[in-house]
Amino acid sequence: MSSNSTDHQLVSLTVNGTAREVVLDSRRTLADTLRHDLGLTGTHLACEHGICGACTVLVDGRPARSCLMFAVQAEGKQVRTVESLSGDSRLSDLQQAFADRHGLQCGFCTPGFLMLAEGFLAENPDADRKEIREAVSSNLCRCTGYQTIVDAVEHCATARRGHQKGNVQ
Amino acid sequence: MNRTDTAPSPLVGTAVPRREDPRLLTGRGRFVDDIQLPRMLHAQFVRSSVASGRLTSLDLSAVREVPGVVAAFTADDLDLSAITAGLHRPPEEYVPTEMPVLARDRVRFVGEPIAIVIAEDPYAAEDGIEAAKAVYDVFPPILNEGTALAPGAPLVHEEAPGNTLLDVSLFATEGIDRIFADAPCTVRVESRTGRQNALPLETRGALAQWDAREEQLVVHTCTQIPHQVRTVMANCMGLDERAVRVVVPDMGGGFGIKCVVGREEIAVGAAAMRLGRAVKWIEDRKDALTASFLAREQHYSLRAAFDSDGHILALDADVVCDMGAYSCYPFTVGIEPLMASSEMPGVYRIPAYRVRGRAITTNKAPTAPYRGVSRPQYVMAVERVFERAARELGMDPVEIRRRNVITEFPYTGVNNITYDPGSYLESLDLCEKSLRDEGWYARQAEAAEQGRHLGIGYSCFSERTGYGTAAFAQRRMKVVPGFDLAEVRMDTTGALTVTTGTISHGQSHETTMAQIAADELGLELHKVKLHQGDTERIAYGWGTFASRSIAIGGSAVRRAAGKLGEQLRALAAALLDVPYEDTVLDKGRVRLRDDPERGLTHVELAEVAYLRADLLPAGTEPGLTATASFDTLSDGTFSNATHGVVVELHEGTGQVEILRYVCVEDCGVAINPTVVEGQCRGGIAQGIAGALYEHVTYDAQGDPECTGFMEYKMPTAAEIPDITIHHLETPSLITETGAKGAGEGGTIGAPAAVLNAVNDALRPTGVELENTPIRPEQIQLSLEQAAYKHKESAQA
Repeated sequence: MSSNSTDHQLVSLTVNGTAREVVLDSRRTLADTLRHDLGLTGTHLACEHGICGACTVLVDGRPARSCLMFAVQAEGKQVRTVESLSGDSRLSDLQQAFADRHGLQCGFCTPGFLMLAEGFLAENPDADRKEIREAVSSNLCRCTGYQTIVDAVEHCATARRGHQKGNVQ
Repeated sequence: MNRTDTAPSPLVGTAVPRREDPRLLTGRGRFVDDIQLPRMLHAQFVRSSVASGRLTSLDLSAVREVPGVVAAFTADDLDLSAITAGLHRPPEEYVPTEMPVLARDRVRFVGEPIAIVIAEDPYAAEDGIEAAKAVYDVFPPILNEGTALAPGAPLVHEEAPGNTLLDVSLFATEGIDRIFADAPCTVRVESRTGRQNALPLETRGALAQWDAREEQLVVHTCTQIPHQVRTVMANCMGLDERAVRVVVPDMGGGFGIKCVVGREEIAVGAAAMRLGRAVKWIEDRKDALTASFLAREQHYSLRAAFDSDGHILALDADVVCDMGAYSCYPFTVGIEPLMASSEMPGVYRIPAYRVRGRAITTNKAPTAPYRGVSRPQYVMAVERVFERAARELGMDPVEIRRRNVITEFPYTGVNNITYDPGSYLESLDLCEKSLRDEGWYARQAEAAEQGRHLGIGYSCFSERTGYGTAAFAQRRMKVVPGFDLAEVRMDTTGALTVTTGTISHGQSHETTMAQIAADELGLELHKVKLHQGDTERIAYGWGTFASRSIAIGGSAVRRAAGKLGEQLRALAAALLDVPYEDTVLDKGRVRLRDDPERGLTHVELAEVAYLRADLLPAGTEPGLTATASFDTLSDGTFSNATHGVVVELHEGTGQVEILRYVCVEDCGVAINPTVVEGQCRGGIAQGIAGALYEHVTYDAQGDPECTGFMEYKMPTAAEIPDITIHHLETPSLITETGAKGAGEGGTIGAPAAVLNAVNDALRPTGVELENTPIRPEQIQLSLEQAAYKHKESAQA
């Protein structure tokens, strides 16, 4: 869907577990490719300069700003977007925690926070509230005042730890 | 409809889960930029690079050569009428000014749109705007109150002498000068607030396409006032209003700046009509920070007289609001000075009052309402007056407030406003008690001994919410917002669709409006669905602003649902052959009051209403729909709150750390307490942002200095503390549900409370700050001076 620029490339990447091939302009961002070429509009853009974090996705399991990556940089990588979090019609534990703790209002920044938290908790399952607050401070929300986002992530982390313990026992 | 005709309310007042959440959490929300249409084009705007000047030539030929660019239009090409916001006030009070959709010759701020470029993709559109060649005669810019009001200053609008668009003196109590002359104590406050950006995370945007079959321009846009956008768009293009349909999908915040009509969406609509293709514009963050609507820059000069017991005797106020380059539609530049002038006495019994309010125009981006509108500023200034007086009189800052807050209701103030019952004193007492019980006063004393700087500050306020027609008419607006409409429709399956003229952009209307309607009809929540933000679905609506949605829109919903309840009962009574009075709505059915076993379900009744009209009693209309309107009577309804803050000032950095934040709020009946708390916390975060961080600045040429989030410092989770909220509940006597507005209070209370806490911490230094944002360097300097003084006195 790019302009008449001749600089087109074929990019192969895996998005939410499915192998995808896209022909695109080399300057096209990963965010635009996910949103407009692949139709995964859950990933949002709010600043396009890497600060607000609304476009956060997981690239090879780690949170990344999809507005700061060119799609060609995702060649051969595994990308996960918010659309991957819930199976069928059920919310994931993290999504449910956001709903239970009123961790969203307008919902525009929410996919970015979810992917940030998903990546962060995977690497830091023992994170305490202070560490969660620090991690969450890399994204911007204008509605909630953040407290309920921190609550949600903390609640999810605690529940996951309890669940793991339960499994071990 | 009498409340006893419905079973007890199980939903209103309950923290039911939000019905919006599942789609927003799974990425299935649909915002403007998520919509793609066949053969869709993309727009960007060529914008003025000078703050003030004459556009002597604009050459778009190179733009049209850029690969992917389809068209580029100037003001002359589109030939649209300008947007003019009006007040019915004499010329010496108000000067109407035009805001052209695209600037034609005169430009008045950096970022003003001068051409629209349309391309096959957004990247090409951006390439296109860079190829535009504009030449300007540059004029010296007017960038602040000082240069705007200076004698002989260049004029931003030639028709507005002295760069003053509004100048009103609404109140002047007779004999006020004598009161000042005789008063034992007078204080002065000069308070300035910085320019801010309301900053919804979703920037503005619009997608327009001409629908030949409907003969209608369909515009998807993120606005808080879809019907107003439709009205203005039709007027600018010379179309019948029915030829425009405005649809608002999910919206990523608004906070007021989306409750004015922007020029860009009009240009996008015109371009789509001209090209016969869908055109989408999504504002980028740089434009949102520099060329969108801003807010808040005001200057208060206050003088107040007190008796020796700390009772305020008189308030004399001069308010100057820097409204930027253009008057916003529909509210005009009067929005801020008129709000401040008419409501400043606020929560206090002030017997004598004089006020002058001015809106000045400057070569900066125009302003629009932003959450709280003038109240964050005047509350801050008035709260400074009481703090200053407490110091002069050697009184406790809470005690002086206690002696002055309104305690008997209804109370008619010196500003001719009648306040309905609230909990002004109770909220103050509870807030202070909370901080005292938690030991913050003891900790403050301990900290002082250790040479640390803890401060405790409060702010106390009430806010008019749910402005009705009377309130806006009093402002003499040319178009008068106020009422809202609701329609309810039950289908053959007994499911209910509620349509309102208000529009949620984070406030959870899909949940709270459904709670109201479900209770009224004895329905389960899942049986109710809300439709909002589509001009085709309801005749008119005033949208969402001024904390009006639940107070006014929610009241309209309850009335409409009540009417439908009457229809259901009448139908059931006829079919069961019992008197109407013997029926009651209960859990999805109409049953007999004294015989719970006997009744008809809504589904059975709906089947008769639609599918078995042969069974309808003679004279009964088929179908099950009802509409209702609501408007707040008198002066509206007043929410209130007290905010209490504990801060620590850090020596070495001058940083302000918020250690504790307590808010005691009263918004009447809370339809959904979780939603109310969310509104409070989010509002407080925006208030803290204004107090400590956010500031839109310009250089000497009028170039915006905040073009991204590196320069415009919006607070993160690291800066906003956890906040405790206590609820008091004084039901509104005016609204249908007892609810008052809850959207803006947090933002109103926070700046004053934070500033007062900072000043409390600075008390030993003798420094008092009166402006926001509070800069670390000022605090640092004060602390260094205090340390120096401390050292000197220790040596002596």
